[in-house]
This record gives sequence, structure tokens and C-alpha cells, in this order.
Amino acid sequence: MLLVEDGLGICVVHLSLSLSLSLSLSLSGAGGGGNDVQWCFSQVKGAIDDDVAEADIISTVEFNHSGELLATGDKGGRVVIFQQEPENKSQPQCRGEYNVYSTFQSHEPEFDYLKSLEIEEKINKIRWLPQKNAAQFLLSTNDKTIKLWKISERDKRPEGYNLKEEDGRYRDPTTVTTLRVPVFRPMDLMVEASPRRVFANAHTYHINSISVNSDYETYLSADDLRVNLWHLEITDRSFNIVDIKPANMEELTEVITATEFHPNQCNTFVYSSSKGTIRLCDMRESALCDKHSKLFEEPEDPSNRSFFSEIISSISDVKFSHNGRYMMTRDYLSVKIWDLNMESRPVETYQVHEYLRSKLCSLYENDCIFDKFECCWNGNDSVVMTGSYNNFFRMFDRGQKKDVTLEASRESSKPRAVLKPRKVSAGGKRKKDEISVDSLDFNKKILHTAWHPQENIIAVATTNNLYIFQDKLN
Amino acid sequence: MINTMECAMDAQSLISISLRKIHNSRTQRGGIKLHKNLLVSYVLRNAKQFYMNEKYAEIYRMQQYEEVMTVCNEIQELNPLDLAEDIAEASGDCCSQGAGSPLLMEPASVCCALPASNHSAHTPQQQLQATAACSAAAALALQNEEVCKETNSVFFRSCCAEAYPVTDCDFSSLSAVHCNKTTVLDLDTHVVTTVESGYLHQDCCAVPCQGAQAPAKKRKFDFGCYATESEEVPDFTPCKRARFEDFYCPHSEQLDTSNISNLISIFGSGFTGLVSRQADSEFSLNGQFCSKQTLASLGAWTRAIVAF
Repeated sequence: MLLVEDGLGICVVHLSLSLSLSLSLSLSGAGGGGNDVQWCFSQVKGAIDDDVAEADIISTVEFNHSGELLATGDKGGRVVIFQQEPENKSQPQCRGEYNVYSTFQSHEPEFDYLKSLEIEEKINKIRWLPQKNAAQFLLSTNDKTIKLWKISERDKRPEGYNLKEEDGRYRDPTTVTTLRVPVFRPMDLMVEASPRRVFANAHTYHINSISVNSDYETYLSADDLRVNLWHLEITDRSFNIVDIKPANMEELTEVITATEFHPNQCNTFVYSSSKGTIRLCDMRESALCDKHSKLFEEPEDPSNRSFFSEIISSISDVKFSHNGRYMMTRDYLSVKIWDLNMESRPVETYQVHEYLRSKLCSLYENDCIFDKFECCWNGNDSVVMTGSYNNFFRMFDRGQKKDVTLEASRESSKPRAVLKPRKVSAGGKRKKDEISVDSLDFNKKILHTAWHPQENIIAVATTNNLYIFQDKLN
Repeated sequence: MINTMECAMDAQSLISISLRKIHNSRTQRGGIKLHKNLLVSYVLRNAKQFYMNEKYAEIYRMQQYEEVMTVCNEIQELNPLDLAEDIAEASGDCCSQGAGSPLLMEPASVCCALPASNHSAHTPQQQLQATAACSAAAALALQNEEVCKETNSVFFRSCCAEAYPVTDCDFSSLSAVHCNKTTVLDLDTHVVTTVESGYLHQDCCAVPCQGAQAPAKKRKFDFGCYATESEEVPDFTPCKRARFEDFYCPHSEQLDTSNISNLISIFGSGFTGLVSRQADSEFSLNGQFCSKQTLASLGAWTRAIVAF
């Protein structure tokens, strides 16, 4: 290392040093999820009861952009937001816990009188907006209506009104002898959620996804056959940008299953279909994006053809990588990583639970084959995660080509207990500690998972509980 | 071809389960889920396809068996002496000609064939015969050289008084084996027709192939009497629809006609008379013949389901 003579030179050296230090720190922060990282139990939220109330079933989980807030939506139309406590200065090794920050009723059950249909209040998706001021904003949607919620803190209140008592009763004006100026005084923190916008009546079919654009001004919402583009400020109008409804509904062959905007190209979005294809569209090409720019499709393996081929090839979730170069799709049995520059086939395929392929008949009978699993990337796109049955969830380390199966259960819920990798034995011989396919509990399914944008903290939703795991800090 | 090895349920159970799901979805909270019902309709379609294929194969097998029995009974009534003369003449004619003689390539042989079960077709004609045999009213002919070959066994020795040269893959007809004759067996009406210099003769029924051998070949064709060339099978999948169609009668007629026209182009004018005389009456009849049988057995559950 050269010693430079003038002050400027020395400064430059220091700068590069600090840069490399911070780089290595951030890498280790959101590092691999394979064998390098040991996952520990951190917290579990929700009732311990085995008897699950339908309204408590978690239907969506989402971290905000900083990872400080974690939102969940449930079948009862409620949204619960957890906030991470600031790191304890006395215990720098321990990451802050997530505690309830706000709870509110986002959607109520509605009745469509024209069609004689009940509209479920279940929250299908929550998407956070990036923070612009002190308040937080999120979009939540049920089958028909999207709402923009403002979550704000109030820690001061005005005191000293002239015409009002402290408890709110009005004073008799004749008793007022002096005037004073009301002042703000500190109070206990109160978190308020208020609906700022309601985006309604734009979807004939059930909304399955919403996605905020990187311009932070527009967002899209998709139902089975259409994709609409909204402006966050305008509620009475939306633009239809994709419409795959056939002229004759009897000719329907596929539906839209998931949609997402590109993380940094505000003109690009993708939508996946029930036929296992993904279409990438560029909004600059035309107003109506029925004609795709790219079509991602992998030819079907004819030797795997079965009665249920169409069902298991249907894509349940699509997610762009944070860097925007890749996208990940989840179908019933696998996770596929696609390079946006290659349409012919995925660059990586990971089998989530291939042992279920021989059980498709029974899974069809009990409706499990229709479960829509989600998937997520870690902060630096090196690891992907998705859920499975028996409260198992799987992580695939792309770089190290390793995968691990973990379980979210009350039994392994001791504080900072390291999670033991699980294994399912597909064949006849069952080794010790392995679980046979037939003893898997298909009622315990992990459909929704989320990964902190920077840290190795994950939120895993079982039926009605939310588990938070983090990596073991040494 | 759908791999059903993994499925513990048979097609019919799947169909009833699927119908139940569609019915239940109409009363589920939140309204009909389009995606789920679309997927269920795909299972329904696949199960129905599979069930129909199995049904046709079964029906065809039954037909084969009936034909064998019918023809065997009729053979018993024939004069064995006439047969021997014809066959000797045929052998002489055929064997005197070189293998490469163009005449041999003509459809002058008399053997009627149902699909060749064990033997791969060596010539285009044999190939076509193998594929065409499945069609309801297809007329097939074997090569002369096959007739002349020594055979290890005679299929229908048990049914017939005399043994006569038979190919080791298929049948021979009872009628004379002349090099300038073409004899055709109509599989549905059991009518044997001989075309001689453009002159049609109606002969007695020929002996079809042994039933046991036929099914092995038939598995190759999804629709039994309706599929012809193997490449037609993938095209013959029904449209992916949310509702189900009834059986594909009109399509079957097209298959038969196209199949015959293929034969015509290869075999030359010999078939023209056959086609013109039989096409109108037999083919359309056969198209419906098979379908009526099948439809009757399928029952109400094949009726169209309109979900939305």
C-alpha cells in the first residue's frame, strides 16, 4: 500500500478501506441460507389453540422496504403490523424483536346484489409503498377492492382548549374567564391506520395480485383475466393493460395467476398463467399489452404426463429478483429461476417436494393440489425460499447448490433454538429422523413466506401462526 | 399418452370427483373460482379422453372376437377342395415372379389384415396397411410375398379345414389369391369384396386376424377404429374447453375418408371403385356404428358441462 503525500491521497485510501468493510458486512448479513447459515427460532405470533378459527388463517405476509415493519393479512379481513424493536445497545448481538405495532380491519364482507354473490373479506395481498414521510403506506386487497392505508404515529396531543374540557365535554361559554393557547403535550404512542384511497369496481373476476411500480406513482392489479393500471392518487379510473378474456368463454384455456412490476424498469411487468407460461410486457409498446414482448415457457416432459399435468404446471407465484435480472416462478412441485434474457427454459429448477408426484390423485381429492404456494428471494438474490406441507419450508442456495428443509413447529420453538434440517423419505426404507410421505400432515401447509430485505430474518406463516426465524449470530 | 400408473383411481372415479367439485364450487363462499374450475375441467377432459380410449379398445376387441367366431363358423361350410386349387394357383403365380417385380408391389395379394401385431412394417404398403386397418371400413392388402412365405403356423387352423399360405402376421382371405386381384374385407359388415380388373366381387367373409394379436397393436391407436396413422392421434385431442363435447362423429368420417384417399394414392386405381361404391354407404354408416355403440354405454355423464 502506497503512502501518499498529500492529504487527498490519504483520504482516498481510507475511503476504499471503509467501502470494502461495509461491503463484506452487508454480504454476510444477507448471506446464504444453505449449510452456512444456522437458522434459529426467534418468535411465534398467534394463538396456540389447535382449533383454528377460519378468520385467523393468515393469507399474506410482507416485509416493508426497510424490514422494520412486517405486515400480515388474514381471512377475516384484518391486517396486523409488527414493528422491529430497535437493537438493544447492551446486547448488540441480538436483533430486535417484532411486536405488534398496529391492527386494523381492512376489508369487510360485502354482498354483490346484482350477482347474488358474497365477496370475501380475505386479504389476498399486501404491498408496502416506499416511505416518503413519517407515515407508512400500504396497499391491501381482497377479491374485488384495493385500499391504500396510511399508518401514522401520534405521540402528542393538544391540550388546553378554551371551550372543551380535557375529556371532551364542552364548557359553558359563560364560565370562561381567561383565554389560553392550546399546546401539544406528549402522550402514549398511538398508531392510527386510516384508509386514504379505495380503488373499487374495476375487477369482474377475483383479484390475485397487486404490484407497486418503481415510479412509486402507479401500481397494477390483476384478476383472472385482466390486468389494470392505477395511479395511486386517482381512484375513479384505471387503465386496462392486459385482457385475455376470449370472446366466447367456452374457449377459455388459461387464466392469469400472478403479476409483478419489474423492480427498476417502470415500463416492464410480467404475468404468469395457469398454463405455466410467463409473459413479459413493455408498456411502451402499446396501450394494451395483450401482445407480449417475451414469452417464457418450458416444454412439458411427455413422460411425466398425467391426468393432473395441467394443474401442477399452473404457476402460483412469480417474483423478480432484487437486481431485476432474474425472476422466479413457483408451480405445484418446483421452483424455477428464469433469466430474463432466455425464454426457452429456466436456468435453474429446484424440486420442492417431488415425492408428491405419485400422490397427485389423493391430493386432487382433498383439494391440496390447488394450494397456491408463494416463493421469495433473500436480500442479495443468492437464496430462494418456499413452503411445503407438514409445516415444512425449503431453502435453495443458488450459489452453493445446496438445499435445506426446515420445520415451523411449536416443538422447536425454544428461544434461539437452532432448527434441525428435516428429511422426507420417499422410498421404502425410512432412516432415523426421516418422515415418510404418508405421515405428512397436508392440513399444515406453509403457503406464505417473506424474507427481510437486508438481514437473514424470515417470516413463515403456518395456518394461523407467524414464525420468525433468524440466523444464528456468533 | 397419459401415464396412469401413478393414479390409484380409475378415470370414472376421477370424473365423478371432478363433477362434484364443480358442483360444490357453485355454492362456495366468494363465488365461483374461475381458476380452480378451469383446472378441474382439464382433469375432467383428461379422464374422459382416457376412458373413451379404453372403451374403444374394448369395443374393438369385442368386435374382433365376434368376427373371428362368425367367420370361423362360415369357413366350416366352405368346400375345402376349391380352396386348395386357388391357393396352388396363387402360389405358383406369386413365386414365379421375382421379389422385385413391380407387380408384387401392387396390391394383388389377397390377405386382409387387421393391424399387424407383432411385425414391423417393412414397406410403405405394409405400413399403411398396419395403420389403415384400424379404420372402421378400411380395406387392407398384404404383399404377395407374404402370401408366398412359409408360415410357421396358421392362425385359424382351428377354424379352417385346410391350411393355406398365411403370413405370419396377419390373415389370408378365403377367396382366391391371384396376383391381379385385390380382396378387401369390410370389418364391420364382414363383407369381402374382390376387385378384379375393376370388377367387384362380393365374396364370403375372410378370416380376420386372431383376436389376441390385434389388441397389442390397437393400443398404439388411441381411438380404436377411428385413429389411423399414429400422427393423427395427437391431433385428435379435443379442444381444451371448459365444456365437454359429445363424441366426435363427424371427425371420424373425415378420418376414414382421408385414410382411404391415402390408400388410393398409393395403390392406384384399384380402389377407386371400392371407394366410390362403398364410401357413401359403408363409411358413414361405420362412423356412426361405432359411435352409437360407445355413446350408448357412456351414459349421461358425458353430457356437456358448462361452468360459466
